[in-house]
Amino acid sequence: MNGSGRIGWSLRIACFLVATCLVAPTLVVVPLSFTGQDSFKFPPQSWSTRYYTRFFTAPEWVSALQTSLELAIIVTVLATVLGTAAAYGLNRSRWRGAGLLNGVLLTPLIIPQIVMALAIYIAFLRWGLVGTMTGLVLAHTALAVPFVVVPVSASLRALDRRLENAAASLGASPAAVVRHVTLPLIASGVISGAVFAFVTSFDEVVLSIYLQSPDLRTLPVKMFTSVTSDTDPTIAAASTVIVTATTLLILGSQVLVAWKARSVARRAAARNSAVAA
Amino acid sequence: MAVQALAVRSPARRGPAGVLRRLTVLLPAPALALVAAVFLVPIGLLMYLSVTDPTPGLHNYTAIASDGVSITVLLRTLRMAAIVTLATVLLSYPYAYVMTLAKPRMRTVMFAIVLMPFWTSLMARTFAWVVLLQNDGPLDKLLGFFGLASGGLLGTSTGVTIAMTQVLLPFMALPLYASLRGIDRRLTQAALGLGARPVVAFLRVYFPLSLPGIAAGAALVFILALGFYVTPALLGSPQESMVSQLMASRIQELVQFGAGGALGTIVLVVTLVLLALVSRLARRSSALSNGMGNK
Repeated sequence: MNGSGRIGWSLRIACFLVATCLVAPTLVVVPLSFTGQDSFKFPPQSWSTRYYTRFFTAPEWVSALQTSLELAIIVTVLATVLGTAAAYGLNRSRWRGAGLLNGVLLTPLIIPQIVMALAIYIAFLRWGLVGTMTGLVLAHTALAVPFVVVPVSASLRALDRRLENAAASLGASPAAVVRHVTLPLIASGVISGAVFAFVTSFDEVVLSIYLQSPDLRTLPVKMFTSVTSDTDPTIAAASTVIVTATTLLILGSQVLVAWKARSVARRAAARNSAVAA
Repeated sequence: MAVQALAVRSPARRGPAGVLRRLTVLLPAPALALVAAVFLVPIGLLMYLSVTDPTPGLHNYTAIASDGVSITVLLRTLRMAAIVTLATVLLSYPYAYVMTLAKPRMRTVMFAIVLMPFWTSLMARTFAWVVLLQNDGPLDKLLGFFGLASGGLLGTSTGVTIAMTQVLLPFMALPLYASLRGIDRRLTQAALGLGARPVVAFLRVYFPLSLPGIAAGAALVFILALGFYVTPALLGSPQESMVSQLMASRIQELVQFGAGGALGTIVLVVTLVLLALVSRLARRSSALSNGMGNK
């Protein structure tokens, strides 16, 4: 299929331009975060690290970062457990309605964000959840569940069921089968799901804007209000820190998944050669 | 082997394994209950309020048709979403096409570049556009260099369109790549072999086969563009607001839940109709290609 590997120059240039458009705009935050001025002037005329100091010491930025991290960690744990359980249950169900239920779990992906945010705002106002951590945790977890269900379902579909049957036939209890066979085999799906859940919550702006209170503000909400109210380059430092941290997290998890896959393969190869001997 | 395993296993079915199997059915329940409570119930409430708040009836919908603002804003949003969708198709097509031809290592790099926006914070990317579009900012200087001094694009719908296209580009490129990868290149080669010029072979053979991918990506981008809030709110101007900003101001500032709910219901209906159309198109085209495969 890739036999005719000739790619014309015009196509190459078009591709390069699109790639630049995808990556370059975001990178302007990096030099701007080291500006010595009190404006968004780009490129900066003088340099300093004072906005990093401010980001890591000013109470309003520190508390926003803290809130976001706390929230994202709780959401990651909840969404990973709920999403993995749901994906497993639906994958093993022979009931015809399972497909429909799977669709229900994925609705957060297709409802326009602002409609979702305002609907939740109105409902949470009635239930007294606006401006509470519980409200944020519930909303973010529901939003993150599909990002766990999708990769875990994919891992479960790729799983060889005969391995579970073999373990069961050798006397493993159903719980032991899940613990020692199923979970290790779908670990890469669960890890990707957990990382997606974390990033989803940590990045979420729209729902958080409507669920905030003056003393409960996530970092993206603080950034949003900072852009609308004043020209404070601290937001450039915040952006740089976030982009760097999430990039490292994603790359790290990919390396972990690849390493895990390789170690499983190595162990299987070792076992095979032992059997052969 | 599998039969044997099953035979050995079956007696256990009546024991604890049977109980566990029945528990398995309940595993999706907590996640489903959460999604229902956080999304389905509030969306239902929003639709209910659109016909009951402040008094029962369809007046919230008739007001949209007659208040002079809502229709303008809805049409502006639809037009903007359409332009953004078209722009993402034009930019993604060559990129996705080259991805199908590139060598594995190059393809991995191109894949990573497309995926990057998914993990870089939306707020960081939108803020970057504030810097780029500002008066006397980098883009303004670039345009000035070509003699197109604009006085800054921040606060204009052109600026919002540019930024939204960049932000939504990956949502077009990924489904498109998935679809282009599945196209059997022998079909174009056959057309070339039968004497078609490359342009004709592309337009009459390759391009029609890529339509389902375009439709899937376009639907996704269009839906996301309709509901976009952060980018228009930070880069646009209140005079040229999108439906998301209108909804937000009706509900949060004016506390007109019914009026905002009616707008939300319309956006939701447009979304669902689009998704239904695309899934039908996808089903028909997959039936078509399966039929071709059987021959």
